[in-house]
Amino acid sequence: MAQHQVNYASSGGLPVALTTVDKLLNWGRSNSLWPLTYGLACCAIEMMASGASRFDFDRMGVIFRASPRQADVMILAGTLSKKHAEFARRLYDQMAEPKWVISMGSCANTGGMFNTYATVQGVDRIIPVDIYLPGCAPRPETLQYAMMMLQKKIRREPADMKKRKLQRFV
Amino acid sequence: MQQQPNKLKPFFENLEFERDDNTMVINFGPQHPSAHGQLRLVLELDGEQVVKAYPDIGYLHRGIEKMAENMIYNEFLPTTDRMDYIASTSNNYAFALAVERLIGVEVPRRAQVIRTMLLELNRIISHLFFLATHALDVGAMSIFLYAFREREYAMDLMEDYCGARLTHSAVRIGGVPLDLPEGWLSDLTTFIDKLPEQIKLYEDLLTENRIWRMRLEDVGIVTPEQALEWGCTGVMLRGSGIEYDVRKEEPYELYGELDFDIPVSDRCDSYGRYRLYMEEMKQSVRILRQLIGMYAKTDSQLMAHAPQYISAPKEEIMTQNYALMQHFVLVTQGMRPPKGTVYAPTESPKGELGFWIRSEGEPYAYRLKARAPSFFHTGILQDILPGTYIPDVVTIIGSTNIVFGEVDR
Repeated sequence: MAQHQVNYASSGGLPVALTTVDKLLNWGRSNSLWPLTYGLACCAIEMMASGASRFDFDRMGVIFRASPRQADVMILAGTLSKKHAEFARRLYDQMAEPKWVISMGSCANTGGMFNTYATVQGVDRIIPVDIYLPGCAPRPETLQYAMMMLQKKIRREPADMKKRKLQRFV
Repeated sequence: MQQQPNKLKPFFENLEFERDDNTMVINFGPQHPSAHGQLRLVLELDGEQVVKAYPDIGYLHRGIEKMAENMIYNEFLPTTDRMDYIASTSNNYAFALAVERLIGVEVPRRAQVIRTMLLELNRIISHLFFLATHALDVGAMSIFLYAFREREYAMDLMEDYCGARLTHSAVRIGGVPLDLPEGWLSDLTTFIDKLPEQIKLYEDLLTENRIWRMRLEDVGIVTPEQALEWGCTGVMLRGSGIEYDVRKEEPYELYGELDFDIPVSDRCDSYGRYRLYMEEMKQSVRILRQLIGMYAKTDSQLMAHAPQYISAPKEEIMTQNYALMQHFVLVTQGMRPPKGTVYAPTESPKGELGFWIRSEGEPYAYRLKARAPSFFHTGILQDILPGTYIPDVVTIIGSTNIVFGEVDR
């Protein structure tokens, strides 16, 4: 047995990780993003596929929740019609802070191919969006990448709610 | 449930949730994990029993039929993908078939084989999706994961053929754009060899499962009279003991030559319908097996020859001046079908899907109407839900297999 001894106090090899509160909170937040099951149209099928066997969202700590009260991320997957818009806003308001929004697919981004009297031309007219996902419909890999981008974004943000709001809206 | 004329007041705030007659009104959806998209139900409850149910639709209304009036026929085809987005090719095909009947072209044999293959593959994809979501709604999470695993293999085949997973646009008016890629048929053979084993696995897990039977048996009873009155088609109708399948009644494409059975159940309940979906998948496998043999006996033409309506093959466009001119006119102005009205029914995985087109000889349809099966299956909810209990509502919605892109259009 080697008698190797480390003087933790002197060599700087303390078994204590030093970090900031911001980093610690954001680490927790970014690694357990729970999206709301908010399937609107075609993209919802790809959203389900990314949660299912092959793409397996669970390994990233992403677990779909059916209630807005338990959700951190709202994935707007599909066409938002004007009739549905009030519900989208209401659900967003029901989610607890901190909350993020992913706009999935062309319809949610800009109205996409449905430039008609019935559709909202982009969900950012109703709620603030963090990540826009292109595609019609985006592949599950795209949604996973978006989730990773969102994690990166969260890790950069200040954990303090007031500062975060300033950063987002100003 | 009178909607006030004040547009600024949201509809749900006009509902009177407090009532004197001892019933309770609850709102189900439009954001509900088992609302299959955006179904909204307003349920009047007596205790836990549903007294009245009002399905409220229109949350995914995108004006697809109106869009069709401002698009040339080929331009509209990708829009049909977004109707029944679980089995896109069946929509593409139904639209292409209606236009083909309007302009009167014959599709080459190889294109017919490929189309029928894609249709049946889509049927498998759609039925696996039904099984996954229905089981998930009822509470069997593992079936969801198993069924999606197999569905991904079927999607891989679709992706190998047309490049898209969900919105295929794999069918064109007058044929198909591409021949089957190298090795596709052997991949398909592997898939359909494997699928029956997996179907057996699902059946072993569910068919005799006590909980599954308790949740599904005698739930969501649709009598044959009800099914006919409400215009049900597909499994909803066959689950009530009426043998009606457009593939047999009015054979289109190659279904007249193929040997397959139409499973019918007399149970009239959700369990019978579940059995039919499983049986239909086995029949689709049977059809695909026959089609693989048919493919080799066809020549290589993929698009119908009708210079007035359909562009010539790429080689001709690149080499012959006249073909290039035709192609230019067809792309910039669009084809002009003769005046007339056409309705072409097809058997989509959900039921009878047909497009009704009125043409005035213009490049744009004067009016296009999609007869989508899910719309009728949503309507019947108000008739079959009263008298059931709250947990059964979810089972019944799952069992009707409705897709909202198709209902609201």
